[in-house]
Amino acid sequence: MSAPVISVQGLSKRYILGAMAGHDTLRDQLAHGAQALFEAFQGKLKRKGDGADPNGFWALRDVSFELGQGEVLGVVGRNGAGKSTLLKLLSQITEPTEGEIRVRGRMASLLEVGTGFHPELTGRENVFLNGAILGMSRREILSKFDEIVAFAEVERFLDTPVKRYSNGMYVRLAFAVAAHLDPEILVVDEVLAVGDVQFQKKCLGKMEDVSKQGRTVLFVSHNMSAVEMLCNRAILLDHGSLCMDDTARNVVKRYVEESHARPAGGQLDQRVDRRGTGAARAISFRVLNEAREEEPSMQSGGNYVFAVEYENLTDAPIEDVSVRIDIFDDHTALTLLLKTDFTNQNLTFQKGRGTFHCAVKNLPLTNGLYTARIFFSIRSDSEFLDWVEDAVTLTVSGGDFFGTQHLGQPKDCKVLLKADWSSN
Amino acid sequence: MSLNPVPESRVAPPLSPSTRPPETSQRVRLIRPRRGMVSLDLAELWRYRELFGFLVWRDVLIRYKQTYLGIAWAVLQPLMFMFVFTFVGKVAKFPTHGAPYAIITLAALLPWQFFSTALADSSTSLLTSSNLISKVYFPRLIVPAAAVLGGFVDFCVNALLFVVMELIFRVPLRPELIFFPFFFLYAVLAAFGAGVWFSALSVKYRDVKYVVPFLTRIGLYACPVAYVSTVVPGHWQFLYNLNPLVGIIDGFRWCALGPDFAPDFTGLVLSFALTVIVTLTGVAFFRNTERLFADLI
Repeated sequence: MSAPVISVQGLSKRYILGAMAGHDTLRDQLAHGAQALFEAFQGKLKRKGDGADPNGFWALRDVSFELGQGEVLGVVGRNGAGKSTLLKLLSQITEPTEGEIRVRGRMASLLEVGTGFHPELTGRENVFLNGAILGMSRREILSKFDEIVAFAEVERFLDTPVKRYSNGMYVRLAFAVAAHLDPEILVVDEVLAVGDVQFQKKCLGKMEDVSKQGRTVLFVSHNMSAVEMLCNRAILLDHGSLCMDDTARNVVKRYVEESHARPAGGQLDQRVDRRGTGAARAISFRVLNEAREEEPSMQSGGNYVFAVEYENLTDAPIEDVSVRIDIFDDHTALTLLLKTDFTNQNLTFQKGRGTFHCAVKNLPLTNGLYTARIFFSIRSDSEFLDWVEDAVTLTVSGGDFFGTQHLGQPKDCKVLLKADWSSN
Repeated sequence: MSLNPVPESRVAPPLSPSTRPPETSQRVRLIRPRRGMVSLDLAELWRYRELFGFLVWRDVLIRYKQTYLGIAWAVLQPLMFMFVFTFVGKVAKFPTHGAPYAIITLAALLPWQFFSTALADSSTSLLTSSNLISKVYFPRLIVPAAAVLGGFVDFCVNALLFVVMELIFRVPLRPELIFFPFFFLYAVLAAFGAGVWFSALSVKYRDVKYVVPFLTRIGLYACPVAYVSTVVPGHWQFLYNLNPLVGIIDGFRWCALGPDFAPDFTGLVLSFALTVIVTLTGVAFFRNTERLFADLI
């Protein structure tokens, strides 16, 4: 066995919360300086080195692992577990507080597709610029240029500014450049989370190719299926510490079990990790049965009403609200998508608090745990109001979907569909 | 990011991975906390020279694409200033040593315009490239440096305008012109030296973006753009000449109009030394704070 390609020893990163929270101004700095001086004169010197610094926050704590040639390592963990920090440290974007990383070979990191794309520049110009930013030489870009353009299928628009590109074209071009990087070690972030399903498949295919060529890959994802499929090994991060280093299958299993052992993300109205303008927010999500009584879990084939309480923080009703509830399975694959637009039933949110109901009949989900993402927007995504990941955990257990008194359910699928069979 | 999965019927084309097996170079990169003073690492800067070139090229392209008038802006601005300052100069009866006032002001506007835009652009360059800095590694120093050179094309256009005006006013070419590259490089150095300080400070202190435009507006009057430096009273001359821009502007006038406009030699040497010190300390400050850029930006 040759020496490891990546060797991480005792890696730690500490962020100072104050420095991240607000941008200092010179005025503040001067004011603080004066205050400190004043206090020093009064003998109120602050104690130093108390250890537990309330303003400090360890994003990563004492992480060590090694990666051999050709290994494909998945990095798994909840939001805020330190995955992005680890990638930023590996990519040299930010500096470790303690510990060290040794990297042998040419490494490319892809934390985002299309970094440095400029809307005013044409497709051709952006390929060169982006290639250079990702670390390709001019000669390399020239030799791969035709391949990149063919891959992205944008030949006809090469001399059009990318601001006129459709979202799909833009992402294809951006990914095409990244896909033609030729590194020995590839570090990839949640790049697969962008684009449409087709595009995500294409990315996964490309990733598989890369790993088959014996390159070393470090892959961060929330998509457990992708991690299981692509990686032979995975590490699990939790609150900045490495808590498991095993086969991808075992790590994914433990991650899935753990993420269901605790409530999805705390009380919905207490959640602050939201996106959107915040003009309206989801504050509770309850599952009711047909008698409008609250149910702790659901059964396949049952009829339920999702009662969602909202809060409209503006001083006028908000009209034409598109509500969307995405239901994910335990591998974080999107299983069901409920959206008011589908049936032209966009809602109006009254001033203050209110509740809307979403009635589902004959629930087609099989046994298991699901999480839901809630999403409010105006007129089908023209303005995001609220967006909460892992807003609620839904449990499905038992039930008689087919109405045949056979309560045993298939375990190897997620969605059920009633079918009639006949032969002549 | 779109949340709506739009189904696409297009079939993914065959992927085109390179066929040669990855060969592992033996270069080991060590990433660990840096302690103490950080060196300049010229070798690394040299490795990233192509990216530097691309960033300059991008700045130039964008500058001309985002405006309808494009190159015309580069010409229009100094021309307008030239008219105004010529008018002011005639009214105030500033000394001209017999040279046309239009040429006197234009010779000063040439470096001044370059310097002020280069300074403004490089001071804000890190903030405008924040998406790059938080996603990709490269020596950060090339960002403010590339921003300084982004105005080079504007400068060339202005220089052309200057030559045209010289022909119109029948000003002969002077032998002093051979010193012109020195004064231009001096202007580049001055803009970079100040820009590198301000850009590093701007990451932590957001008020820098208000300070720099204020300084350049003051500078337009504090530097001998609308007037010649000899109008400054004698006992102020020494202090006045410490401003690098005084030496640069006088130098440009000297190259264009001859010995009557020669810069003060002692002042030139002192201000140049000052510029070198500011640049070196700026680069040192930048290198020692750049580790925090990605966390703060």
